[in-house]
Amino acid sequence: MTNSWTDIKNTDLVIVMGGNAAEAHPCGFKWVTEAKAHRGARLIVVDPRYNRTAAVSDYYAPIRPGSDIVFLMGLIRWLIENDKVNREYVTNYTNATFLVKDEFGWSDGLFTGYDEEKRDFDRSSWDYKIGEDGFAQVDMTLSDPRCVWNLLKSHVDVYTPEFVEDICGTPKDKFLHICEMIGECSAPDKVMTSMYALGWTQHSKGAQNIRGMAMVQLILGNMGMPGGGMNALRGHSNIQGLTDIGLMSNLIPGYLNIPTEKEPDYATYMSTRNFKPLRPNQTSYWQNYPKFMVSFMKAMWGDAATAENDWAYHYLPKLDVPTYDAMRMFELMKQGHVNIYFFQGFNALLSFPNRAKMTEAFSKLKLMVVMDPLATETSHFWENHGIYNEVDPASIQTEVLELPTTCFAEDEGALVNSGRWLQWHWAGATPPGEAKYDTWIMAQIFLRVRKLYEEEGGVFPDPILNLTWDYANPDDPTPAELAREMNGRALQPVYDTTDPTKVLVEAGKQVLNFSQLRDDGSTMCACWIYSGSWNEDGNNMARRDNSDPSGIGIYANWTFAWPLNRRILYNRASADMQGRPWDPARALMTWNGERWESPDVPDISPTAKPGDVMPFIMNAEGTSRLFARGMMRDGPFPTHMEPFESPVANIFNPKMRGNPASRVFVDDAEQFATSEEFPLVATSYRLTEHFHYWTKHNPVNSTLQPQFFVEISEELAAEKGIANGSRVRVWSKRGEVWAKAVVTKRIRPLTVRGKTVHVVGIPLHWGFMGAARKGFGPNSLTPVVGDANVETPEFKAFLVNVEPAEEEPVA
Amino acid sequence: MSDTAPQPKTAVSNPPVQPLEVGFDARDVVRISATSDVPQPERQLDKLAKLIDISKCIGCKACQSACIEWNDTHPDIETNIGSYQNPHDLNPQMFTLMRFSEWVNPETDNLEWLIRKDGCMHCEDPGCLKACPAPGAIVQYSNGIVDFIHENCIGCGYCVTGCPFDIPRISQVDHKSYKCTLCSDRVAVGQGPACAKACPTQAIVFGTKADMIAHADERIADLKSRGYDNAGLYDPQGVGGTHVMYVLQHADKPSIYSDLPDNPRISPIVEGWKGVTKTAGLAVMGIAAVGAALHGLFSRGNRVTEEDTEEAEALVESDLHDRRGDV
Repeated sequence: MTNSWTDIKNTDLVIVMGGNAAEAHPCGFKWVTEAKAHRGARLIVVDPRYNRTAAVSDYYAPIRPGSDIVFLMGLIRWLIENDKVNREYVTNYTNATFLVKDEFGWSDGLFTGYDEEKRDFDRSSWDYKIGEDGFAQVDMTLSDPRCVWNLLKSHVDVYTPEFVEDICGTPKDKFLHICEMIGECSAPDKVMTSMYALGWTQHSKGAQNIRGMAMVQLILGNMGMPGGGMNALRGHSNIQGLTDIGLMSNLIPGYLNIPTEKEPDYATYMSTRNFKPLRPNQTSYWQNYPKFMVSFMKAMWGDAATAENDWAYHYLPKLDVPTYDAMRMFELMKQGHVNIYFFQGFNALLSFPNRAKMTEAFSKLKLMVVMDPLATETSHFWENHGIYNEVDPASIQTEVLELPTTCFAEDEGALVNSGRWLQWHWAGATPPGEAKYDTWIMAQIFLRVRKLYEEEGGVFPDPILNLTWDYANPDDPTPAELAREMNGRALQPVYDTTDPTKVLVEAGKQVLNFSQLRDDGSTMCACWIYSGSWNEDGNNMARRDNSDPSGIGIYANWTFAWPLNRRILYNRASADMQGRPWDPARALMTWNGERWESPDVPDISPTAKPGDVMPFIMNAEGTSRLFARGMMRDGPFPTHMEPFESPVANIFNPKMRGNPASRVFVDDAEQFATSEEFPLVATSYRLTEHFHYWTKHNPVNSTLQPQFFVEISEELAAEKGIANGSRVRVWSKRGEVWAKAVVTKRIRPLTVRGKTVHVVGIPLHWGFMGAARKGFGPNSLTPVVGDANVETPEFKAFLVNVEPAEEEPVA
Repeated sequence: MSDTAPQPKTAVSNPPVQPLEVGFDARDVVRISATSDVPQPERQLDKLAKLIDISKCIGCKACQSACIEWNDTHPDIETNIGSYQNPHDLNPQMFTLMRFSEWVNPETDNLEWLIRKDGCMHCEDPGCLKACPAPGAIVQYSNGIVDFIHENCIGCGYCVTGCPFDIPRISQVDHKSYKCTLCSDRVAVGQGPACAKACPTQAIVFGTKADMIAHADERIADLKSRGYDNAGLYDPQGVGGTHVMYVLQHADKPSIYSDLPDNPRISPIVEGWKGVTKTAGLAVMGIAAVGAALHGLFSRGNRVTEEDTEEAEALVESDLHDRRGDV
């Protein structure tokens, strides 16, 4: 989230598209009901299904799964055509004025530079014209045909309301009604918030869906505003923490990068990370990258990381591929290249695409270790459960070790919520049986591995032997110790940069926040964005003061929000070029002639003059980006791409399948279906009654939603002869499931390019373990392909077929 | 921000709970099944009410979950029968149930998914209590709560007949009748009902009936501003008003909400039966002196005449057959 849950009460209009907030985030959704009840806010839902959020909405429109970019580009076209634009904001706070290289263009659904063999673009033309002064060229009058604004206008020109209706299946009148509701929020005193979740991320072009709406919010002037922003509803109580800490193969905590093979030494690595400002006076905060990187290396290797050895850069792994994401690992596993795999809180048998492939891959492992509070399907993948897990245990040689862990209510630490709040919690129960903290288990493994290196040596023992492990009890690092490490501390005295005689932090003390980190080895910090969470004031994440003097939901003394306890990102943009709030009734940032005043932590230097320094300080431009340059693999503007399995060909280029820049493994590509074989569009989702595959172990949740079902329209049910509540078989090119049919008015057939398209809804909470009735997850059916930028699997749009099935025999 | 109605006194999940000032206990009983001449309590408690705002309800079933947890019941894990509704019906282990209905508004042709939390309405004029032949099995307190005292219940099912909302359910295990207690045990110690406490959107709120009506008025004004011209409060006067009320988007058509009665009344059979019940009840009480300690009444064993039982069974069977024909 750019904003926070509590801030949603400030909005005038909520659009839930690419998510189902009431269903999947019922507790946070209270802030939508608050905005509706006491601010008169309106709620729009755009979704393939009339869902639980739609049940309390003011306006609903259907959309075909996987066609969101068309809707969003159509919306941008309408906003520009009808002048529903915050001009001052767009001109000054976005890169609308920047001139783009003449070579850049788009045709036949593709941007310039496409290489079909590599499934990748040469992105060199997707960039600004740089002037002789070294800065990007701009045209503040927006008249140059090569400025981003004019390129955007021509890019969206094709997305007319008729085009939207034709591709999305959204009736034109409903689309236009929504455009008008949203258009009102271009006024300075009207604000819309976007709430989205996996309905947008789980597509092969998920990142572009989100960019589409971010562009809408910039055009309306709603980024940085109270009640505005782009608000990702994280699907898991600590998934924000997972991304922040960098539990991905290509990230270092705090969104720093793991080096690649092309960056063999530190100088090369840093050469592409100088983040020189692209416009005069701009902050370009990533210029501090070396401070965060060196402090991280000092946190890892302490005295072994020195200026002389480039902070032990050679200890870091160097990626030979963009990422070793889960889908790549399972592909490698299937090919027999993986011997041991740790599943820590990860029920992959049900949560990654193409379950048959998972089973095949797991069967090739020598050793599977599962760390989990529950007996998962993954740890029982070898067990025969009839149709629910049709395997031959005798043919599977994988050894499985289950290490029972505590669950969240049995340990202490911070969970990071969608609004970036690090909320410390305490153990509510004693762990049962042999359950151990994950940290204890990891410590035991590390200490034993280290001992082996000590005793037996090895190819490269240094990173293991020199790893900092200075916990009071090496067997059991405490959450407090780990949290203090993430905040960072001074290893030597830290001096004021403006007055080298003044000591800011004594050696051994916690740093106040990341502004005190240094690139000379005098500080350590394991995750720079969390710096400030546990400084010399103590554990700021444990604060529980719910006072809100401003009345606009800041709650500055409730826990800690990264970065720097800032609750609304880009908040400088809530004021105009003179530093006056766009909406005085919702004042967040005000320039008093000398400095910024705010109930929040200003997202800019407190004395940065309005008009000089632009609000988007993390970007080298100082502005936000309507045009993403070469920073996304699949295009600087969102462009319509069909799902890999689609009922219709891409209207721009019938030869183009899915996202042209998505990685596809050969065997998986052969398992993509056509609409001739599988005519129905399927989409997967969560239900309120359950949390993922956990709560089916709980009898209460299982009572409330006991059995796997799929949802189909009355029209499809009639066509197939399926009665409500009867049993059906659903199959794709990769697998089959049996489910109860819920026949509903909440799903309606759509008309897409003259063709009737039926949608099948497949919720995801059942498996063969636990208290609920045995069932399946949608991943038995889904294709193995992910988002081109971040490899999130395409769970939200794929092809299946449905037929009536015999009732299950009574056991 | 507009001016807002008083916040509900209890069970608001955020901000934290503010306890009610006054609890209640057996001294506050105003009516007892099959018992006449109940001594009137010395004090009159504020009338309480639970308000269920259907326009805020997202159907998440947190209320059902909280109800199961608080009452420590163990409903069966059933099957899916083509609906989100689970368990399939109210039962002796499930005192409240989200009922889902898909309704196409004939005026707009738009679908509306109407989700109603079903359960005891705590009628001011409780048909269950009137129909009950077992002395002390059903009581009503001066705050409006209608409670079943299970040790006095004979499992006859008259309360089912007497209820215009089809709420009580007879256990096949212990042959007692069960329904929502409005969390009388929580309210007695100054807390609100578990369902209201758990409701993430404050669709369920709890407080004095006067406050709840004021809160409902604010909600109805909001709904009217959104084009729901017939939004209104469901507090049916045919049963003297209820202590569980609904805010309905379409208050002119209660029955579209999973057969919520348009104009609920106690069955005339029960109203006729009432006289007999009273007499029989008194006979059963025998020498029990008027004004006997209520605690004694609550804990006494069940005794009814054979005549009572036969009549009750005949009445219940015919009625259950009528009501449940479509289940």
